[in-house]
Amino acid sequence: MTLDEIKIGGLGSSRRRVEDDRFIRGKGSYVDDIVLPGMLHMEILRSPVAHARIKSIDTSKAWDMPGVRLVLTGEMMAARNLAWMPTLSYDTQAVLATDKVRFQGQEVACVVADDPYIAKDACEAIEVEYEVLDPIVNPTQAMAPDAPVIRDDKTDQADNKIFDWEIGDKAGTDAAFAQADVVSEIELHYPRSHPSPIEACGSIADFNRATSKLTVYMTTQAPHIIRAAVALVAELPEHMIRIVAPDIGGGFGNKVPVYPGYVASILASILLERPVKWIEDKSGNLISTGFARDIYLKGQMALRKDGKILGVRMNTTSDHGAFYSDAQPTKFKIGLLHSAFSCYDIPAAHLTNTGVYTNKAPGGVAYRCSFRVTEAMFFQERMVQAAADDLGMDQAEFRRVNLVRDDDFPHRTAFGFLTDSGQYEKCLDLGLEAIGYEDFLREKEEAKKRGRLLGIGISTMTEPLGAGNSREYDILGIKMFDSAELKVHLTGKALLRTGAKTQGQGHETTWAQIVAHELGIPADDVLVEEGDTDTAPFGMGTYASRSTPVAGAAVAMVSRKIRAKARKIAAHLLEASEEDIEWELGRFYLRADPERGVTIQEAAMAAYSNVPDGMEPGLENTAYYDPPNLTWPFACYIATVEVDPATGVWDVLRVVAVDDCGVRINPMIVEGQIMGGLTEAYAMANMQYITFDEEGNCIGGNYMDYLLPTAWETPGFELHEVVTPSPHHPIGAKGIGECATVGGPAAFVNAVMDAIKDTGVRNVDMPLFPDRVYKAISEGADVSGAPPVEVG
Amino acid sequence: MTSLFEEVAPVPEREVPTRRITVTINGESRTMEVEPRLLLAHMIRYGLKLTGTHVGCDTTNCGACTVLLDGEPVKSCTVLAVQADGHEVMTVEGLAGKSELHPIQEGFRDEHGLQCGFCTPGMMMSAKALLDRNPNPTEEDVRWAISGNLCRCTGYQNIVKSVLWAADKMRAEQNGGEES
Amino acid sequence: MYPSRFRYEAPSTVEEAVALLEAGAGEAKVLAGGQSLIPLLKLRFADPQTIVDINNIPGLDYLSFGDDGSIRIGALVRHADLTRSEELAAKQPVIAAAAPLVADPIVRNRGTLVGSLCHADPQGDWAAVMVALRGSLVAQGPSGRRTIPVDDLVHGPFQNALAHNELAIEATVPAPAGSPRGGYLKLERRVGDFATVAVAVSVDMDGANVARAGIGLAAVGPKTIAADEAAEALVGGPLTEERIDRAAELAAGTANPRSDHRGSADYKRHIVSTFVSRILGKVASSMERAA
Repeated sequence: MTLDEIKIGGLGSSRRRVEDDRFIRGKGSYVDDIVLPGMLHMEILRSPVAHARIKSIDTSKAWDMPGVRLVLTGEMMAARNLAWMPTLSYDTQAVLATDKVRFQGQEVACVVADDPYIAKDACEAIEVEYEVLDPIVNPTQAMAPDAPVIRDDKTDQADNKIFDWEIGDKAGTDAAFAQADVVSEIELHYPRSHPSPIEACGSIADFNRATSKLTVYMTTQAPHIIRAAVALVAELPEHMIRIVAPDIGGGFGNKVPVYPGYVASILASILLERPVKWIEDKSGNLISTGFARDIYLKGQMALRKDGKILGVRMNTTSDHGAFYSDAQPTKFKIGLLHSAFSCYDIPAAHLTNTGVYTNKAPGGVAYRCSFRVTEAMFFQERMVQAAADDLGMDQAEFRRVNLVRDDDFPHRTAFGFLTDSGQYEKCLDLGLEAIGYEDFLREKEEAKKRGRLLGIGISTMTEPLGAGNSREYDILGIKMFDSAELKVHLTGKALLRTGAKTQGQGHETTWAQIVAHELGIPADDVLVEEGDTDTAPFGMGTYASRSTPVAGAAVAMVSRKIRAKARKIAAHLLEASEEDIEWELGRFYLRADPERGVTIQEAAMAAYSNVPDGMEPGLENTAYYDPPNLTWPFACYIATVEVDPATGVWDVLRVVAVDDCGVRINPMIVEGQIMGGLTEAYAMANMQYITFDEEGNCIGGNYMDYLLPTAWETPGFELHEVVTPSPHHPIGAKGIGECATVGGPAAFVNAVMDAIKDTGVRNVDMPLFPDRVYKAISEGADVSGAPPVEVG
Repeated sequence: MTSLFEEVAPVPEREVPTRRITVTINGESRTMEVEPRLLLAHMIRYGLKLTGTHVGCDTTNCGACTVLLDGEPVKSCTVLAVQADGHEVMTVEGLAGKSELHPIQEGFRDEHGLQCGFCTPGMMMSAKALLDRNPNPTEEDVRWAISGNLCRCTGYQNIVKSVLWAADKMRAEQNGGEES
Repeated sequence: MYPSRFRYEAPSTVEEAVALLEAGAGEAKVLAGGQSLIPLLKLRFADPQTIVDINNIPGLDYLSFGDDGSIRIGALVRHADLTRSEELAAKQPVIAAAAPLVADPIVRNRGTLVGSLCHADPQGDWAAVMVALRGSLVAQGPSGRRTIPVDDLVHGPFQNALAHNELAIEATVPAPAGSPRGGYLKLERRVGDFATVAVAVSVDMDGANVARAGIGLAAVGPKTIAADEAAEALVGGPLTEERIDRAAELAAGTANPRSDHRGSADYKRHIVSTFVSRILGKVASSMERAA
């Protein structure tokens, strides 16, 4: 009897999650849950000001406090060549400040003590004298001719510009604009945001002098990158470094970089020869660790009267904070911003970007995002709405005219990406039908007569997920492949390890489903482990929706290697030639006599007990997967809203999401990812951002000001699917974790803009706080959200 | 727990005033010496080694540390351990019986009410207090009751379904019990 | 995230608590619900020498109603108690409207109305409500009790009129001068957010006419604002559109907000006016329906 794939938890099964059993019992093991014998606790003293020269640091009172074991300053780090560390974008970042502080919240000193209360007491006792300098909180200030130079530590840096970068066809784009009937423009700021997992960052460094081994338990999404970085920065032998990422309370890109706290805890453990735990508080997390976005986007679209897009220009400026530490592939200075407009058939495009330093926290992490794709798609869909409005065209129809057609794949985008598959129009149509587009437009007109403002916003996009291929994508020169190792034991049970690291995505559940699909071993018989560099095969980690496209593919490939060997063993057991053997899920059989067969479990037993002469025993293998292309999921998000004209408050009426992420390994988990992403999209559109006042004080440095929506505000979501398998992924899957965060914000903003369209307002910057919407309505003018925020 | 973190031997020269408190935790009475400034969340996590109660923020917003104090959900990062003296505390570890999960735990698992799991214990404790008070809540009741707990992964929709699933099951068990 | 050291006292009588405050000589803080104080301790914005925890004092958790419609709220009545009291909902619509909008459901289980009043946060909900209701705080000191109108209690941001040796033991709401109506509107960006603007309006109706009115404004000045002129403009007549508009305009004129990341000063003033109109409009239409 053929196995039922769904019953064994294979592909397409909404299998309940394996990891939940520990989490619902409170038996997860997050970094802060780990207690090692003799462990000490570290706290960080941070700068209260945004820009200042450090005149003196007096740590004597801290040293004198009972229970204090170590006080670390920049000077002490410098003596060990650790005051500065390299960033993922070939810049440097201060570990503990020596000369200046360059943003509010920057790490100035650390205290290690018997418990964190004492460590905090001692931090308070450190006296730092600052000479306050003028702070810079936006690119205009940064590029002013008389602006103070933030990075005066760099001998080759005379101003605050980091780089100029461009991509695309400037001449071709100019020619397209010369042909245009209409040129549409939009200008906006994608505000600074923070991934803000509920669990902040932390580490426990445990250096054992006797063995020379350094073990670090750490909140990291990419343990192997961290091991490489520690080996290079701390000059420790790589085989003596073990990075363990235990359970992680959410990452969203925040837990990719190397942070000063990690480095300081490692040095402290080496100096004290005891385990040192550092658990960051929420304020520290929000004000100092990897922010996202903070980019100024200005663009034009060249249009033909009939709605055809002829060309696009994007002129952008990015605010990177005090250190250029974007976590992104080396080749691209501003990530994949040039993935904008990939779903539309546009002949020519050109993009420029200028990156600048400011007195703000460093970061530029891919927050639920494939390296600036979020900004790209937001700009794209805001530009598309402005263009449709300028043409007087229906926004759905305008998209339909310009979307790449199903028979146009593979399609070369104007910026040079190769999209390979999709049914864009089908997704759009499904979305329009689900929301009841025509009915809503009528309802909206009716409501307008009664003074009510309804709006509908659409966002359609495809985005590049799953870096690499390694020809184009590397981080610090390391190719962006990933890996899986599968050990099938003699009883047919299996252990699978990958170079990815789950932080809520459910790898322990879904990777086993891929094995079940490929080998017919029930998913329940496959244990999945990740996150320990001593045992996991080398991989680049989990971010940018790359797990399923890359590590997931490696799981399928290693399973196939195992199957190939098992086939040889089966042939041996059946005393037949390999060519005469057929495979069905979980079983090899003789083509001539299907009743005679060998199950995968029987083959596994034989691998350890009865291998053919000349064959190596065992049934274990490893696969390293370098994808031929990115995967290209498509999404259509539609939101309807009502705006209260008297207050500017807007409420979401409905949200429809149509996602095509190819083959769904576990539909339940995929839907969970989409709903989580939509919520973050809603959050960014509505309330979540970090800004600064003119003194450089961070606003949004705690959950009183950095607002995450609760269950009460968060709208309900209606999900739909289209399945276009990825043509190159071994099981046809594409990335999904970030699609809704990337494509979602524009749906909400477009809906609010649609509701107030009669005012002539083209743009209100996110978050669409009631005061901003009210201002737009009452003044009929665009509203900028760029810092500094007006206070007083 | 003369030191706040008992794996560290107390430093002899340090004279820190402490108070002896007795707290009933998940049904078991425990007596300990604590510094008055010790937060209940830290007492639970570090002192009693019940690490299911998480600490997520500094400002009493996220609710990851939610426990039941005499049956009512409180944010244990915003209660002093000394304030629990003579009171009953229930944490996520007290939800399940020896072998059986609580229906709320089953609901979270069956309806995919969690992803990273960090907010989950707090969510479940808020849900328990709701269902203890209102066995037949509407979706709106659930959204309101958990609006002091932040989740970053799920978008809440499945959490709401999980709690409603548990309510259904608990009512069915109740009814079944009455009939038999 | 970790408070500084302090001495902890948990008295079991009001007298004992007052004596401890007296001994504290201004360096002691009262801990009731703790939902504002403990976060301040954790962030080390507050660093008192002594904490006087009043949670072990019996008999301070009463919510009692006088025959004349007056209300007394003990120092240990939690916000959640106020959301759950059916009698309160029937007798005092402004308090009933505000209670579910204070903080979030978990914080409401600990936090107290009296504690919030003493905290004197300009964004606080209860001070606006009590100002509108012309409520008072009763404080006990070494030489006895005194009653402080809430409007006089708040001196400035986080500054109250209590002496260092006084313990607030209850809040009182006077008997209404007619049928008590009104409401509370709060512009918040999500549950648990501090108010961008909040408005409490109380109107005691004598038939169709306003017998007494009170308007309290939160988050639009360095302290809670009593919009008395606006309230007076309502007294002695029915809730007509003109009279409502006039009160709304006057209330907005009383507001003295600052621009910040929650909104501009102009916007906040506009919201004051809008909310006053909305609360009164709702009262007016409910009276029309009843008539």
